[in-house]
Amino acid sequence: MKSAATSARNAIALAVATLAAVFAYAPGAIAAEPAPATGPNTTLPPAPAPAPEHVPPDPPKSPLGPMSAREMSRMMEMDDTRLFGTVIFDQLEWRDGGVGSDAAWDAEGWYGGDYNKLWIKTEGEYSDGARRQTGHTGQSGQIGQTDHASSSLAASVDLLWDRIISRWWNVQAGLRQDFGDGPARTWGALGLEGLAPYGFDTQATLYLGEKGRSALRIKAEYDLYLTQRLIVQPKIEANAYGRADSQRNVGAGLSNAGLGVRLRYEFRREFAPYVGLDWSRAFGSTATLIRDQGRDADDLQVVAGLRAWL
Amino acid sequence: MGGALTVCASRGILGATLLDKGDGYPAADGANAGASPATASVTPPSAGTVLQGVEFDLTVAELAVNFTGARRVATAINGLVPGPTLRWREGDLVTVRVANRLAVPTSIHWHGVIVPADMDGVPGVSFPGIAPGETFTYRFRVNQSGTYWYHSHSRFQEQTGLYGAIVIDPRVADRHRADREHTIFLSDWTDIDPEHVYRTLKLQSGYFNFGKRTASDFLADARRQGLGETLADRRMWGTMRMDPTDLADVSAYAYTYLMNGISPAGNWTGLFQRNERVRLRFINGSSMSFFDVRIPGLKLTVVAADGQDIDPVTVDELRVGGGEVFDVIVEPDADRAYSIFAQSVDRSGYAAGTLAPRLGMQADVPAMDPRPLLTMADMGMARDGMAAMDHGAMAGMDHGGMAGMAPLPAPPALQGPLVDNIAMQPQSRLDDPGVGLRGNGRRVLTYADLHTLGGPYDQRPPDREIVLHLTGHMQRFIWSFDGQKFSEAEPLRFRYGERIALTLINDSMMLHPIHLHGMWGEVYSADGTFLVRKHTITVQPGQKLTYRVTADALGTWAYHCHLLYHMEAGMFREVVVERDASEPTSPHSQHGGHHS
Repeated sequence: MKSAATSARNAIALAVATLAAVFAYAPGAIAAEPAPATGPNTTLPPAPAPAPEHVPPDPPKSPLGPMSAREMSRMMEMDDTRLFGTVIFDQLEWRDGGVGSDAAWDAEGWYGGDYNKLWIKTEGEYSDGARRQTGHTGQSGQIGQTDHASSSLAASVDLLWDRIISRWWNVQAGLRQDFGDGPARTWGALGLEGLAPYGFDTQATLYLGEKGRSALRIKAEYDLYLTQRLIVQPKIEANAYGRADSQRNVGAGLSNAGLGVRLRYEFRREFAPYVGLDWSRAFGSTATLIRDQGRDADDLQVVAGLRAWL
Repeated sequence: MGGALTVCASRGILGATLLDKGDGYPAADGANAGASPATASVTPPSAGTVLQGVEFDLTVAELAVNFTGARRVATAINGLVPGPTLRWREGDLVTVRVANRLAVPTSIHWHGVIVPADMDGVPGVSFPGIAPGETFTYRFRVNQSGTYWYHSHSRFQEQTGLYGAIVIDPRVADRHRADREHTIFLSDWTDIDPEHVYRTLKLQSGYFNFGKRTASDFLADARRQGLGETLADRRMWGTMRMDPTDLADVSAYAYTYLMNGISPAGNWTGLFQRNERVRLRFINGSSMSFFDVRIPGLKLTVVAADGQDIDPVTVDELRVGGGEVFDVIVEPDADRAYSIFAQSVDRSGYAAGTLAPRLGMQADVPAMDPRPLLTMADMGMARDGMAAMDHGAMAGMDHGGMAGMAPLPAPPALQGPLVDNIAMQPQSRLDDPGVGLRGNGRRVLTYADLHTLGGPYDQRPPDREIVLHLTGHMQRFIWSFDGQKFSEAEPLRFRYGERIALTLINDSMMLHPIHLHGMWGEVYSADGTFLVRKHTITVQPGQKLTYRVTADALGTWAYHCHLLYHMEAGMFREVVVERDASEPTSPHSQHGGHHS
């Protein structure tokens, strides 16, 4: 088989290699040259390349012209500055304390890029009024919707600019608006959001309101995997206030704290029904305010709900 | 199907190598049916389509496919996923006309083939891309031989099927003779829109990881190694906020792994006759997957890496990173079927097919290995059983024998918010087969085993060293070089003709296959010994690896991680090779550095 065809092939290969060595740029040659500033048409010395099988490519005949980074990104169809957005309902649930039920939510959404995002956070609780002994209804709360019960609502919405500041932390600044029973309150917000050691999702936000009001809200949650889809999420939340706001049932100091444990099953990561326990307790003067209304400052509820995100 | 054998046999008389004839290529549902006309010769429809010659017509269009039981739309070439194998011949001037029948731009990059910058096929870097309805003509001389591949460099088309093999026959006979050959093209298919996959990773980077550590793992570990040790381990990972199960960003939850476009259920089969030397050209054309390949019952003699002939080395198993290529010779001496088994690095799934003397045979597909965990070494820290590697680490400190080069200061962005880890003690570890392959009882290929025949093509010592950190943030899903995303970084500038030592330090916990367009990378060991010439170089977590590049390719080139979503998230740099800094050839000199 190694006949004329092979010889011819070899001859061609040799010819190609020789031509390549003559016409192509030889890497070894440049090294030997003290001044490598050779123009495109300068004859290069025909030094044999150490490994003749490598032939450098010709210069591009039609390189791209100048363009802006934006044009380039568009042409590449690659953009590492792209913006994304999501809405996460961490809690969307019914709470039952035995004497009545509440609906509650804790959700957040954001839109933005790796450095800056616009965040919206909201949490709240709504009681249909069937349960008079607990809840957040104040003395100036909505009155007399029915003979024996009035619904109550306590909710807040934060609108925040979120800026990455370190590996694990973002700073958040913006406004918080409290809704529901009692007079509405507006706050300026400044906080940290991030991943604490051991993977605790953590938020700590300082709020400053009118008339020298101040507040601090801390939240932390953790995902403990029982299986790849069955996940326990402990979550704590604590609120403290700089001064009392009796119209909203708030005393000065640590006002309330909650500890929840929710067991969810992720049918999909985005869709996870859960059951759990939620214990909340009022402290200090807030507890006194609540007790003065004949209500319990300590509240353990069974919860069932959905964790979902889009 | 019987015809295929005849074809092969007749070709066997004519030449030393046989054409790929992967029977069973068309998917059961006809996903790959309908090769479209080409100027070159076409193998019978039952075989993997091979086009050969010097003129090629490729048409990129959508194709209805069904890899999983669900109907989806792929981007295909000539109605095929993978596209036809292009068979070129060293020294030929080839012309490839690519017609875009998509509604969006497309492109084809010839992965590992050294072509002029404007033929390299990266939109925005080498050319404007191929607009819908347009035909672009690639024309270049093929000055190399071996196994390569091609794929789209536009958006996520590589994920949706726009890829195929390239086999370049040498002008002189193949060094490593074989009686028969098969191209084994590995890829990862998802029914999920890749845009959604990417968005999901940005929102929740662990979304596809269904191998996280659980409470029962904790109990099992505590029983096995004691509570104290287990707590210490959890504390270590916990304080770093890292997850040792973070092996692959996208798993079999989303992926169906394909061998020559066939899912494991479809059982792609390549034929052999007993005692033949069979050359298998393994190409990892996946978007996000590392494959650990073995054929139980057969020794794998690796004869080429990234198309370049090497001193043959016989192993049981090899890891093929995204974009990497290995040619392997096997010599089955029994009249039985063998399973070609390619499990993904996270052991969430595998691609599999069969080598058999006759169609319809199937060997037992092995069980997947247990899912590995990343170690301290992968974090770039010396601890726990790393004593054996200390020597390599020390040797690695002195930049592979490049005396007189002062250590470069760490780039400031490394301390920035986009980087979640810095390898404190990166190690050379070229003889480390990598996570999941250590001490598995099999002889596993490492980079230290690779010795390209003929030595480096440029023997000069490097003129300078460029150190780049492979950086990222797992949780935020941001990937970068030196803590700078592509949009924030200036192009790397190489002086035409210079020899550069490129040192990569992988600070992240993931394997990154790093691909430089236009120029070969010649990997050196920590003590300065030449090992292997490659186009795609996998850098392990916590590894420090040096390779040398001769800047002999004028123009602008892409340099990036070949994991598609890492590239998209910022792990990309433009490389400009120019004659003189005062005479910039970069069209994008104003690019970069604009983030707030």
